[in-house]
Amino acid sequence: MDVLKEVGNIGAGNAATALSQLLNKPIDMAVPKVQLLSFEEITDKVGGAEELVYAVFLRVEGEAPGNLFFILSPEAATNLLSRIAGIEISGGEELSEMELSALSEIGNILAGSYLSSLADFTSLSMYPTVPALAMDMAGAILGYGLLQFGQMGDDALLIDTTFLEGQNEIEGQFFLIPDPESFPKIFKALGVPFDND
Amino acid sequence: MIEEQSIIKVGMADLNIGSQDSLIRTTGLGSCVGLTLFDPGKRLAGMAHVMLPSSDIAREGQMNIAKFADTAVPELLSRLLALGAVRSRIVAKMAGGSQMFAFAGGSDTMRIGPRNVESCKLALDALNIPLIAEDTGGNYGRTIEIACNTGVLFIRSVQKGPKEI
Repeated sequence: MDVLKEVGNIGAGNAATALSQLLNKPIDMAVPKVQLLSFEEITDKVGGAEELVYAVFLRVEGEAPGNLFFILSPEAATNLLSRIAGIEISGGEELSEMELSALSEIGNILAGSYLSSLADFTSLSMYPTVPALAMDMAGAILGYGLLQFGQMGDDALLIDTTFLEGQNEIEGQFFLIPDPESFPKIFKALGVPFDND
Repeated sequence: MIEEQSIIKVGMADLNIGSQDSLIRTTGLGSCVGLTLFDPGKRLAGMAHVMLPSSDIAREGQMNIAKFADTAVPELLSRLLALGAVRSRIVAKMAGGSQMFAFAGGSDTMRIGPRNVESCKLALDALNIPLIAEDTGGNYGRTIEIACNTGVLFIRSVQKGPKEI
């Protein structure tokens, strides 16, 4: 688990750097938590299956395929957008097309940067597909990422990350859900024995 | 109105049954299908949160039958029958099976919602259970709740608001 934590740290550290460059201001990152969690526990982490969230989803392809989600609460999404030069939040219940598109791009950059550090660290090729953005119940969104697990374990890797810009906290969560066949590859690449059960 | 009358929760890839005044609820259905069976005479209902269409891909020995359409539906039926439900009275309703993310040229996995719906229908057909109502498809999540005394299925979604079938 320490190795996984290290992977999470490096990935999130790079994502914070990418966000700093994007916003052109220093961004710190709180030490993330890395955990293996069951499906139910994962949705609990974002406030329950019914909790409304914004999610950027990327399918990961390459040697260790999987699903990567960057999840934000509506408040965190608004915070993130309002700190980007040129984007004034229009207010109101829903985000505009422009705001959604910006959010999708930020998620894409963060997730891509997270993924490339994981790929470097494991020496496994992993590359993201075009991102998709959704705003819906957390359970409905995350359930989609867990489908490949139909045939085996009910756990997924959760990397919990908080970004800090000055005094402002922007809380976002990365969920990396490797496909079942990717688990042993990732563990092997990290030099950790893989327990098949 | 009594809000907290016994609510039976059904998690992802889970199933359960209830009777009389209880409600059975499952939250955050996306591509998963919430399938319900109801015997109006006995006021017995059951719900399964089906995740995948077929158990063919399951590994030997550790299969969760609630996870797959082809195994969850017969299991739900036999649990109801064990509690005294009358087979000929049992009717089905279902909701969910949406496509949460749209991708151009999506793989089979991307179509999992519609496939879950088709597979549930096949399983019901095979058991001769009539499907009397459904609210499936779309690209949004749903939370559903069946009232075990009436068989009414309440559906809530972020995008479409509440609905009853």
